[in-house]
Amino acid sequence: MTAVRVLVAEVADWPVVATGRPPSEPVVVVSANRVIAASPGARAEGIGVGLRRREAQGRCPDVEVVAADPGRDARAWEPVVAAVEAFTPGVEVVRPGVVALATRGPSRYFGGDQALGTRVVAAVDAVAGLGGCRVGVADGRLAAHLAARGTGAHLAAGEADGAGDPVRVVAPRGSRAFLAPWPVATLERPDLADLLERLGLRTLGDLAALPAPAVLARFGPDGALAHRLSRGLDSHPLALRTPPPNLAVETELDPPAERVDTVAFVGKALADELHARLGERGLACTRVAIEASTEHGENLVRRWRHDGALTAAAIAERVRWQLDGWLGSGHTTAGITLLRLVPEEVAPDHGRQLGLWGGSAVCDERVARSLARLQGLLGPEAVVTAVLGGGRDPRSQVRLVPWGDPRQPPRSKDPRPAGAGGQGTRRAETAKGARQTGAGHSGMLPPRASGPDRAPWPGRLPGPAPAAVHPTPIPAEVLDAGGAPLEVTGRGVASGVPVSLSVAGGPWLEISSWAGPWPVEEQWWEQRGRRRARFQLGLAGGMTHLVAREGGRWWVEATYD
Amino acid sequence: MATDLPGALAGERRLEVVGPLAPLLSGGGLRRGSTVVVVSAGAPGATTLALALVSGTSQRGSWCAVVGVPEIGLVAASQMGLKLERLALVAHPGAQWSTVVATLLDSMDAVVVRPPARLAAADARRLAARARERGSVAVILGAGWPEGADVRLSVHTAAWSGLGTGHGHLQARLVEVVATGRGAATRERRARVWLPGPTGAVAPFDDQAGRPRVEAEERFASSEPGLAWVGRVG
Repeated sequence: MTAVRVLVAEVADWPVVATGRPPSEPVVVVSANRVIAASPGARAEGIGVGLRRREAQGRCPDVEVVAADPGRDARAWEPVVAAVEAFTPGVEVVRPGVVALATRGPSRYFGGDQALGTRVVAAVDAVAGLGGCRVGVADGRLAAHLAARGTGAHLAAGEADGAGDPVRVVAPRGSRAFLAPWPVATLERPDLADLLERLGLRTLGDLAALPAPAVLARFGPDGALAHRLSRGLDSHPLALRTPPPNLAVETELDPPAERVDTVAFVGKALADELHARLGERGLACTRVAIEASTEHGENLVRRWRHDGALTAAAIAERVRWQLDGWLGSGHTTAGITLLRLVPEEVAPDHGRQLGLWGGSAVCDERVARSLARLQGLLGPEAVVTAVLGGGRDPRSQVRLVPWGDPRQPPRSKDPRPAGAGGQGTRRAETAKGARQTGAGHSGMLPPRASGPDRAPWPGRLPGPAPAAVHPTPIPAEVLDAGGAPLEVTGRGVASGVPVSLSVAGGPWLEISSWAGPWPVEEQWWEQRGRRRARFQLGLAGGMTHLVAREGGRWWVEATYD
Repeated sequence: MATDLPGALAGERRLEVVGPLAPLLSGGGLRRGSTVVVVSAGAPGATTLALALVSGTSQRGSWCAVVGVPEIGLVAASQMGLKLERLALVAHPGAQWSTVVATLLDSMDAVVVRPPARLAAADARRLAARARERGSVAVILGAGWPEGADVRLSVHTAAWSGLGTGHGHLQARLVEVVATGRGAATRERRARVWLPGPTGAVAPFDDQAGRPRVEAEERFASSEPGLAWVGRVG
């Protein structure tokens, strides 16, 4: 019995490569204070895997220490896997940095193990961007892996094709002989290896020479597995990765279409096709990207999201709305040549069960349908719901979310960060972002925790919020008792008492009650920082406004209607 | 929705309103299918009153919509008790105004709308009929409604407390609302409520427990006659 012939491709120190740093720089990736991967530059300084971080920094003070991130490794590895999948569909990802594939078919096609190995090395290096891919081909995964990793010392003379060649091929049925000189530690079972060494079994060859039943009796199933591996057999068959199905659908339009209805007709067919493809796999789409290219090479993308599953009709509708928007608003200068639908988020389709007696599901369904219809009529941005978050004025606390998009607050309700990163800047915002420069004679109370947001936003006005917040502040003018325009100094002190107000050039109205100025300085450390001084002005007629002085002018920001 | 009592007749089904506003409405709620006009008559406060009217049913799980009011204060709406996750906003319906309102009346329990500058009486009648047919409530904000309404709520007097001359800040507003109408609402009803109260929600005027706490600076409040009686509270 022999093992399946396997090709293993490994990129040495993948966690370092995945960080994207050039190999000549000393970089180490550290997990639990131990070096788990080191760049060639770091190795030249004497840093090896397993070293403590401090020791590594001692040997090379310039070394850049990067925290381990398995997610980053896996993400960066994904294109490499895709490149290897070009050779054969069945590829096993052993871990980020190592792939294995059965060579029987592809070797025959590409003209032998050596030729296949060379192609794989070229493909991987082209994607990974750096040299350093090594390939080993042998019977069984362990032998192939060791051949890929192999150092000349352990190789039989005939099998080493020269130190510079990244491909090493172990002859068929030669795995057992190839493995024999390797130490038992290569099995990556530290406890067992320790025991075997103390018993005098130092190499895989020594272990393989023992009879299998005796190994099982003495060392148990783990030992029997190690014995199998040492004889060049596999512990388990390759777990092949199924390539993710490509669910995107596209169609080319020839001649290019300039009219919405022409493209929408094609879009309807595409939506049906996409829906059928998803349906075959029992999937439902919750987010779809609509992409279009024009004759002049413009590429347009818009993502549509839906809380429930998007049906074929719903996708077709959205294609139509989107095309309406693109073709109608001058985003395009030429006809559309390519239309593409990409399902970006899919979930298992559980179907939908309505309550027997109606209930909220039916109502929400009806609401969802009517709101989607309005979005078709007016565009997706015209129908919104609001989410409240942190902020100092009634406008910045609100974020309007188009219907169907996920509702996320505009900013963290808690201005104090949880993590360590960026703590300095965020704390500065809390402490100084709204520093109140001498509120003068104003009766500004400390901010009161009101509503759902209890985080401190110093400078926020207490009390009920204004019922009308003008989408764009209305210009206004304020006069003091002497009839001169009222000013606010840089220190936040008013030049007089506000007596009359004119909104947008209208008639002068008498101010009967007022309070302020309440200066607020937001994000003064950035370009978009704002300095304002706010007043509440009650007019004789009963109208009350929130007025702000900003940039040398007066603005009515909101009205307490 | 859950706001209807089981076994209620179709004509009597009502959307619940917050307690302090209940005395203004016959049956203590907004009758489904009715049209309510909210106007400022002599004192501002119509926007707040419209939000307050639908906040009760929003808290009970109803969907509401606001059409054609781009400046609606959403923080105020949230303080008033409206659930923003069930509040759809169409700020600029444009030329499609009546289609948008009709679509929303089909699916929502209450729709707050501000009519466009020149609304044809026929359109208004059609929308009122749509609301009647679908059992939803149309709350018309402002005076631009060319038709009669089932209930007409007007804010007659309003006085803020808390704002002095150079000190204090707005805390609560006491308003007097007058309800007139036709049918069951023919008899004129009046109510004094804190709109908004100190938390931003509606507070009853005469309830000892719920009386807004007016800060000491009230003593320095303007001696204007209209505000004098505010100072007595607290």
